Amino acid sequence: MTKLFLTTALAACMALPAVTAVAATPAPGEKLAAQQSYNYWLLDAIKTLDPQKNTDREGSDVINQLFEGLTGQDAKGAIIPGAAESWTVSDDKKVYTFKLRDAKWSNGDPVTANDFVFAWRRLADPATASEYAWFAELANIANAPEIVAGTKSPEELGIRAVDDHTVEVTLSAPTPYFLKMLTNSSLFPVPQKVVEAEGDSWTQPGKLVGNGAFKLDSHDLGVQLTLSKNDNYWDAANTILTDLKFTTVNDVNAALTRFQAGELDYSEIPAGQYPRLEKEYPDAATVSPKACTYAYILNLSDKGPEALKDKRVRQALALGMQRDIVVNNILQGGQKPAWTWTHWAMDGFVEPENPYAAMTQEERTAKARELLAEAGYGPDKPLELSLQYNTSEDHKKIAVAAQQFYKQLGVNITLNNVEWKVHTDKMQNQDFDVARYAWCADYNEPSTFLDYFRSTGKNEGRFANAEYDAALDHSKTAENPAEDYRKAEAILAEEVPAVFVYQYASVAMRNPAIKGVPLENPMNDWYAKDLYRVEQ
Amino acid sequence: MTMIDREAIERLGDNMAAQEVAGRSPWADARRRFLRNKAAVAGLIVLMLVLAFGLFGQHLAAWNNEDLDFNVMGMVAEKGQPSIESGHYFGTDELGRDLFARTVQGTRVSLLVGIVGAAIAVVVGTLYGAISGFAGGRTDQIMMRAVDILMSIPYMFVLILLLVMFGRSMWLLFLGIGLISWLDMARIVRGQTLTLKNREYIEAARATGVPGWRIILRHIVPNLLGVVAVYATLLIPLMILTESFMSFLGLGVQEPLTSWGALISEGAKTMNYGTLWQLAFPLFFFVITLFAFFFVGDGLRDALDPKDR
Amino acid sequence: MFGFILRRLAVAIPTLLLLIVISFVLMHSAPGGPFTQERALPPQVLANLDAKYGLDQPLAVQMWTYIVGILTRFDFGPSFVYPDLSVNDIIAQGFPVTLTYGAIGFSLSVLFGVILGIIAAIRHNSWVDTLAVGVSIGAQVLPNFVIAPILVLVFTLWLRWLPGGGWGGWPYWVMPIIALTLSHMASIARLTRSSMLEVLGSNHIRTARAKGLSESAVILRHALKPAMLPVISYLGPLFVTMITGSVVVDMYFSTGGIGRSFVDSALSRDYAVMMGITILVGALTIFFNLLVDVLYAWIDPKIRY
Repeated sequence: MTKLFLTTALAACMALPAVTAVAATPAPGEKLAAQQSYNYWLLDAIKTLDPQKNTDREGSDVINQLFEGLTGQDAKGAIIPGAAESWTVSDDKKVYTFKLRDAKWSNGDPVTANDFVFAWRRLADPATASEYAWFAELANIANAPEIVAGTKSPEELGIRAVDDHTVEVTLSAPTPYFLKMLTNSSLFPVPQKVVEAEGDSWTQPGKLVGNGAFKLDSHDLGVQLTLSKNDNYWDAANTILTDLKFTTVNDVNAALTRFQAGELDYSEIPAGQYPRLEKEYPDAATVSPKACTYAYILNLSDKGPEALKDKRVRQALALGMQRDIVVNNILQGGQKPAWTWTHWAMDGFVEPENPYAAMTQEERTAKARELLAEAGYGPDKPLELSLQYNTSEDHKKIAVAAQQFYKQLGVNITLNNVEWKVHTDKMQNQDFDVARYAWCADYNEPSTFLDYFRSTGKNEGRFANAEYDAALDHSKTAENPAEDYRKAEAILAEEVPAVFVYQYASVAMRNPAIKGVPLENPMNDWYAKDLYRVEQ
Repeated sequence: MTMIDREAIERLGDNMAAQEVAGRSPWADARRRFLRNKAAVAGLIVLMLVLAFGLFGQHLAAWNNEDLDFNVMGMVAEKGQPSIESGHYFGTDELGRDLFARTVQGTRVSLLVGIVGAAIAVVVGTLYGAISGFAGGRTDQIMMRAVDILMSIPYMFVLILLLVMFGRSMWLLFLGIGLISWLDMARIVRGQTLTLKNREYIEAARATGVPGWRIILRHIVPNLLGVVAVYATLLIPLMILTESFMSFLGLGVQEPLTSWGALISEGAKTMNYGTLWQLAFPLFFFVITLFAFFFVGDGLRDALDPKDR
Repeated sequence: MFGFILRRLAVAIPTLLLLIVISFVLMHSAPGGPFTQERALPPQVLANLDAKYGLDQPLAVQMWTYIVGILTRFDFGPSFVYPDLSVNDIIAQGFPVTLTYGAIGFSLSVLFGVILGIIAAIRHNSWVDTLAVGVSIGAQVLPNFVIAPILVLVFTLWLRWLPGGGWGGWPYWVMPIIALTLSHMASIARLTRSSMLEVLGSNHIRTARAKGLSESAVILRHALKPAMLPVISYLGPLFVTMITGSVVVDMYFSTGGIGRSFVDSALSRDYAVMMGITILVGALTIFFNLLVDVLYAWIDPKIRY
């Protein structure tokens, strides 16, 4: 909480001094390697390098190197100046004025306020049909909803170029996390001239022009991307890495083998393999928080099963989930049992007390049986539910285990494995009993999680609770929103719209020669300009 | 993936038909010839054993195929090894489930997929081919042109589409796998039917007004049995292989069910993690069974083919 | 012969149309669309996207527009999932890769398969034969998703001789080609062997031998050609299974070929890419079957079309 307060307070009382943004800073005594390269693993082909069209994590990993937003993040995820060197906020917290630094695009053109205006309008413009247009609405940029709906023209979006170096953004409501949202690629600038000249193919190597620390050299779809240092970047003098490679390996086990063969500097650790790798490669096996929470969403809508409308049944399901086994015996990689929807590492989150969390599993199981019996379920009338999960080795393991956990309560679970698109479609149509789901933070603040369960939120299980909504409404303008968040979490713990299973960790093999990796940033954003390779 | 030597089977059919004309039953000597073929007999024995394993194996298992062994879970590489003591004769999978029981279950499912898939292919192919050949003329031409068209469809792609689109039900898998392979069968059977059609007894049956479908079922199909038997034996392993490929893509049978393909694909992913038994046991059963089917199929073909080598 | 080719080409057109219709209908009847996102899109955005890609039209109209686009402009449309790329771009990137390892693998498996099969047939019932039969059945039954990780472990992790994946010069080709061809080579070896044995036992070979021709002359001049017939008829289906096998290769070795793109596009409902690849593979299948038939007719003059 304190950190959040500080940033807003600082910003409010005007002009952050031109803090030098973070850059790669070798510690004394470290000898830099001659080859300053970094080879990063990607699970899939990159869908797009267009900042306004990107929707996924891996796309952001590449785009973060090619473009730079108004703000950036330091190694802990705190907001620092990016393309803007400073900003001010009006007293009603609705108008942000950003002062841009003298920076150039990779083709030498200056980065101007207009490039931001163009990019943001492009995001909201129905003609772009960006899948992330909702992000402009989430940020409360004035008129965004009407523009997305096509009732207003994109020129009416709440952003304007005061002069070449000044961007003024108008919000429709105070938005405490607005500055944090600016680190998302959808709000990055794009070079208007290039985009207009090249059309959809402007992101191809040779055409793409960015304002980030690196520029695109090649892109073999589904094989690899190569990037090299952009000498036109404003902080190029402090950028040490010269070559980045993003290699696609579609199988996490194959990627691990290739890490071990020295072909990759980063790869994820498959579930259950961390303890072994940690022994074998103590310098390379790492665990860091990752702001996602894994849950089994319960369908409370009219289409959902009658049994789940009984609060006691839902509580029993929450109690019967043996989180410790999931975390310690299946995943084994520093994940934490989830008793809240909000990830523990979120900036400004204080975990509420949960009496169940303190119990042993035996006690929880006993309590769960009791609750089920009260609700009228027992050996002669067992509870039957289907559990839907999308295709993945890990989801399958957890689902199979959950089936056994619930068997101990006398609940019969049928497993229903479908692929991702079907899963999503069924969830969005409330066509499920219990469905696996995970939510990842869009910005580093609890509301990104909690908004999910609002009656107007995504909320596929159709949980509706007026008190919950009120707490979250209050948080938007509250001096101390942590109190509201705690209250909201307490309601979730009592009402159980979903069984929270575990909170993610990023479990990865990382080449120890690569320094400056931001392991403490739960958003898992990283900027290659802050990294460097030492001699080993 | 592999293919069946269609020409060899056609040859077999021709030779059997020739025998029949000569007034000898091709089945008479076949058994003797088959039993002389050591590889084929060994294959047959292996198949019996695998079948028995699939049918009765669960009575030998110390564990149920669903239960998680919580003592092992999380330390599979150390505690989940094959051991008589723990009751996990084949070790456990990543979740601590007994691999012996899972292999039994996988054996059943894979054999079922193979047999049902081959049966669908053989039944559809035989009927289609027999009808086409028997009807002759225009109908025959249209039906065979249709086979030509269907032959050019990349079936594996359509099967992937089917499974992606309509979820992974075991019946769809059976059907999809079966429907991949009936085309060859239809062609072979049509060719045989054309030769059989002009036999005196069939012409006699026709003349006395026996309906076409009855002639096909009574007189033509039984004469094709040799071809069908050989083809089916060689088809089953192909079906099992296809299922394993689908399982690799994650489109195979659904948990808690499993198949050899699913077990092998899981085991192959973790082969470098010190749990090699997860690959070795299912793969062993898979390999010996496919070997056995090939040997039995080849043996059957040679046995039914009266020509001396 | 010419008339035969023409007739076959005439069949090709309805075949492709049928293929388009089947895949189109299958694809569109599946739950979820290309824009079914984890965070359900606001209806307005969804409407915008549907309008942009023409998905708001009736299915028949979409199909018609699609077919017209292909026929008139050879345009397979934009990808739904890769907004920066068209289907032509994606195929242009992936197909050369698949073609490279596919063609090399195809040639190698035919060449070595035939040689192995002939040797086994000549040395019928010797240990060479037994070994060849055993090894080739073994190679046929080992799924390539087992072979691929073993190759990577051996050549990349332990020996460090070959890169574990990606696409570039020849070192990148070795493992994909081995994984792809091993089982086909084995199939062809088995096929060649049995067909060679058949031919060697036939009357005209006995006659040739009786004439006192040397064994190698008998085999090369008299036995090889007829023995190749079943092998040739196998080449069409072989080609198709090669493309299917490329799915595993692409997934394991990240070669970036069209096999992976196909599975991806089906899973992500990238209608256009999936259709494009299906049509490409369908057309190639037809072409290959035709080629095989022509080759067959050329080798076996008894066949008249």
